Amino acid sequence: MAQIRLEHVTKDFGTGEPAVDDVNLEIDDGEFVILVGPSGSGKSTVLRMIVGLEDITSGDVFIADKRVNDKAPRDRNLAMVFQNYALYPHLTVYENIAFPLRLHKLPDDEVRERVGRAADLLELGEFLDRKPAQLSGGQRQRVAMGRAIVREADAFLFDEPLSNLDAKLRGQVRTEISRLQNRLGITTVYVTHDQIEAMTLGDRVAVLRRGVLQQVDVPRELYEQPINLFVAGFLGSPPMNFMPAGVEDSTLHLPIGDIDLTRELVEEVKGHDILIAGVRPEHFEDASMLDDARKAQGLTFEAHVDVIEWLGSEQYAYIPFEAPEEVRAPLQELAADLDMEQLRTQLVVNLDAESRVSEGQNATLWLDPSRMHLFDPASGENLTHGRGTEARSLASA
Amino acid sequence: MNSLRSRVGWGLAGLAILVYTLLPVAWIVSLSFKEGDDINNKKFLPSHWSLDNYRTVFDTNLFTSALRNSIGISLIATAVSVALATVAAYAIARLQFRGKRLVLSAALAIAIFPTVALVGSLFDMWRSLGIYDTWIGLIIPYVSFTLPLSIWVLSAFFREIPWEMEQAAQVDGATPWQAFRKVIVPLAAPGVFTAAILAFFFAWNDFVFGISLTATDAARPVPAALAFFTGESFFQQPTAAISAASVIVTIPVIALVLIFQRRIVAGLTSGAVKG
Repeated sequence: MAQIRLEHVTKDFGTGEPAVDDVNLEIDDGEFVILVGPSGSGKSTVLRMIVGLEDITSGDVFIADKRVNDKAPRDRNLAMVFQNYALYPHLTVYENIAFPLRLHKLPDDEVRERVGRAADLLELGEFLDRKPAQLSGGQRQRVAMGRAIVREADAFLFDEPLSNLDAKLRGQVRTEISRLQNRLGITTVYVTHDQIEAMTLGDRVAVLRRGVLQQVDVPRELYEQPINLFVAGFLGSPPMNFMPAGVEDSTLHLPIGDIDLTRELVEEVKGHDILIAGVRPEHFEDASMLDDARKAQGLTFEAHVDVIEWLGSEQYAYIPFEAPEEVRAPLQELAADLDMEQLRTQLVVNLDAESRVSEGQNATLWLDPSRMHLFDPASGENLTHGRGTEARSLASA
Repeated sequence: MNSLRSRVGWGLAGLAILVYTLLPVAWIVSLSFKEGDDINNKKFLPSHWSLDNYRTVFDTNLFTSALRNSIGISLIATAVSVALATVAAYAIARLQFRGKRLVLSAALAIAIFPTVALVGSLFDMWRSLGIYDTWIGLIIPYVSFTLPLSIWVLSAFFREIPWEMEQAAQVDGATPWQAFRKVIVPLAAPGVFTAAILAFFFAWNDFVFGISLTATDAARPVPAALAFFTGESFFQQPTAAISAASVIVTIPVIALVLIFQRRIVAGLTSGAVKG
């Protein structure tokens, strides 16, 4: 059990841009922290610097208040689960789990007891005599976790442990990891590129982009109060909708209609001609599904629905629109950062499953402006960040 | 129809190759069972099967001491070569160091260096160093000529072992040496086997060094000793006795190949297929 602290940690592979740039992060004892970001964001490098498989170019890593920069991995007492599990193919499951204990020269009966306990916890009892090659993906994953658990290490480190599993198994193992962590109460750092894993597993989530830490917060805050365009676009599926928003005095011109800004926001957006407005798909609704009181609180607009995806519990409608040049560039950059295909300028709208809006027709939709974010297209900064919904609420046109 | 015909075709072609390659071997085996002047019987098979030649061979001090030399020198050379190659190949596969390419290309250069060109100078050097006609005098050239191949074979193997294996071992508490010994070497065992067998064959079959760098029974290996064979009596051609000796030294090689056949094939192709 230990607290992990990163201070100004930087990693430079000598490729010009540092892979990890001045990361400061404090992980409390027993906390479950997720490092998330698209590929190349440096999240795995951060993890590998914590465990000691990668040298730290500058900055310090502390485990339980001891500086570990110069310690070998074996002296840091951390347990790690690798993406490909890294089980030893020539050893049985039992010996795989026992491997760290054998290295520490523990007596045989204690090895047996601890391996037995880990195997019980992970329901691996019947597989102990098998070799890893004879196990399924999920079982191998459990063996890798078993090897981490027996150590009674100061912290667990996971490097994309679920990415080799199929989608169904991934969900199961995810809950399993969550349960295990709750039960053992051990400090955990978990690296993933999957924002669903990030949102569901962690106490706190740290979002990385190109080696720079963007925002560290509980999942709900990240989702509702993203600090910039990148965090807003990265978390959420389908992702947040971004629209160009022209500013004229206290009016915001969106492709779908005009919105009046509150006084604080007018101050905030002063000097900008154009902004990027971000609205999550679920903050739209089919206007005909709402009562008049609610309808009056938001912006009602007509839109041509291109495609409908009906999922049973909800449905997504796709509404294309034209974006002016000034916002297209930052949105393109965002798409590249997020490992996505070029974002088509369209709105994805999450509608009630009961809604009868149909493909290829015009529909009357409704948008909740109080949940809208405004981003500076140049810096990507969220101008509406840090306000309560009260303060940043925008009156409808 | 087509498949039947092609199968017959392949069968015939295979048979032709088998006959072509095995005929000399069969001829030697047959010769080794011919007694006395029977080698001139103008027949393929002996007119009377006899073990006389084998008895002669084992009775002569020349052959038994040569056999002892061959086994000892080959085994030691193999062990040294494989041990060194394992460490070197591991470094080449895992570490980034200056001169890595140089080591690899130097190894290759040694492997293609004609042995005959070295023999003369080695002969002079060994004499002045006082290791002429000793085991060590043969072990050194054998090791240096088998090392390159072993290094190449083994580094191909090490490269295929995921790096996470030893990183996992290190996180689990292993020193780099422990990770190497407990995780990497067992995983590379087929490669180590392949390298060992190839090295052993080289040392076992060598004739040039064997005959040039030895003078007496002290270190002369079998292939060289065969050239000094006289047979049972001075007046006889030693052909049959030499054949018997050849058969005897071929047996361990054949046995090795048969036992480790699968491993050798797996070892030789594994680097090529997965890259």
